[in-house]
Amino acid sequence: MPSSMARALALALLLSASPALAQPSAERQRELIDFVRQDCGACHGLTLKGGLGSPLLPQALAGRDKEGLIELILNGKPGTPMPPWKGLLSRAEIAWIVEYLMSGAADAR
Amino acid sequence: MRVKALTLSLVFLALAGCAGPSLRGTGDLGVVVERSAGRLALVETTTGSLLDRIEGLGDLSHASMVFSRDERFAFVFGRDGGLTKVDLLERRIAKRIVQAGNSIGGAIGQDGSWVAVANYEPGGVKIFATATLDLLADIPAIGADGKRSKVVGIAEAGEGRLIYSLYDAGEIWLADLADPRQPKLSKFANAGKLPYDGLVTMDGRSYVAGLFGEDGLALLDLWNVEAGVKKVMPGYGKGAEPLPVFKMPHLRGWAAAGDALYIPAIGRHEVLVIDRRNWTEIGRIPVAGQPVFVMARPDGRQVWVNFALPHNDTVQVIDTPTNRVIRTLKPGKAILHLEFTPKGDRVWLSARDDDRVTIWDTKTLSPIGSLAVEKPSGIFFTVRAHRFGL
Ligand code: HEC
Repeated sequence: MPSSMARALALALLLSASPALAQPSAERQRELIDFVRQDCGACHGLTLKGGLGSPLLPQALAGRDKEGLIELILNGKPGTPMPPWKGLLSRAEIAWIVEYLMSGAADAR
Repeated sequence: MRVKALTLSLVFLALAGCAGPSLRGTGDLGVVVERSAGRLALVETTTGSLLDRIEGLGDLSHASMVFSRDERFAFVFGRDGGLTKVDLLERRIAKRIVQAGNSIGGAIGQDGSWVAVANYEPGGVKIFATATLDLLADIPAIGADGKRSKVVGIAEAGEGRLIYSLYDAGEIWLADLADPRQPKLSKFANAGKLPYDGLVTMDGRSYVAGLFGEDGLALLDLWNVEAGVKKVMPGYGKGAEPLPVFKMPHLRGWAAAGDALYIPAIGRHEVLVIDRRNWTEIGRIPVAGQPVFVMARPDGRQVWVNFALPHNDTVQVIDTPTNRVIRTLKPGKAILHLEFTPKGDRVWLSARDDDRVTIWDTKTLSPIGSLAVEKPSGIFFTVRAHRFGL
């Protein structure tokens, strides 16, 4: 099985394991990929290797607590330019983004 | 006689044949960044057209550029640390180097002999000869705290100087580059918390850094640097909970009309109006969202503003005699940048998610044309070559 497929499968399994989080639709996923590159990328770099904000590549996030990262993105990091995204993105979407970032799929593009 | 004239015209034809694009000036040229494609679109403002494309510039997210004094060359600062010298007449890359891991912007010296690049990673500034892109000086940005800092708000500061801010350390550094190989630094510590960008005013006199970590701006009088950095507009938020900022404002597209300076507030949906004679508040103009670029038409009669998410489909026009928003436009999806023609008859807007640049008449406030450009971000016209600070 190609590794990207394995990754997608693992992602689907993981997300379906948490009942509260409905997986964003395929179309929404495409929008989110664009959103991460363009809008998160405004501070973290289009390639996510860092800008004013820290790098969001898998190496940089490896070993980090997923829930912690989801909370951080939902609520932002007060005192720094990292804004709270809860008004614009749902928790399920943010959970998907965290998986996406950590899986390295963003890097592969 | 006839024969001589014939040979002459033949010689002339032959010359014209190998001279490439016909003779032309560069004062109506400009460059639009196609940020995902790593490509530049060469444009011309007289007829509002796209002339050509120049490829191979690497990661151009957040790319900006400055122009040589003769308005022939653009120096493009890429996010990947690339510094590319582009020949606008021959429409090609003249030279490209990768000088750091992650850079944010740059400036060109008053005499045009050096170009400076501000780097995030590793934090610091490098100075290059404009003719060759040879490295002249490398100035690491190590703050009083002993740590390396990201550099922001870089600007040419007159009298052969360069000025910039240290984001993490909260300092402003002024570099005297009379000898660009031997920079002489004056450091202003405790300039303010988390400076995120800076500008030199249109008259070349003042450097202003916007602060993310506190309400207020840091000001240095370039005619009297001994007086040190002062805080202006302290506490402009007056304790109100700041609104989220989904994109950092840019000060470089700064605006002035008469004695009034127009600056984006941060964490407030307002444009601040400041009296630049005494740096006190004249007023605030409520606007549609978090302002990103606040730019004056060159004559100062209007100020155009674009916004961060979720209002990045909106542009507002402020009438400066009354300091009121006179028009709210919806010019496209994800308006990232705007640029005025040299005398301000037109303004060009980049609509990233529409893959278009639209051209507006600033008198009638209506669109008059558009160009297909892939994911456009910054728009830069050569008139910038002769502006202070850039
Ligand atoms: C306005 C600028 C800005 C935008 C836009 C932005 N961030 Fe950030 N982000 C930052 C900054 C600055 C930091 C570093 C905060 C600090 O100093 O610790 C950060 C930190 C982070 C971190 C923590 C990284 C770590 O190693 O601890 C994550 C995760 C993150 N951002 C994700 C995102 C995502 C996902 C988006 C898009 C939905 C986003 N950011 C958009 C500025 C931004």
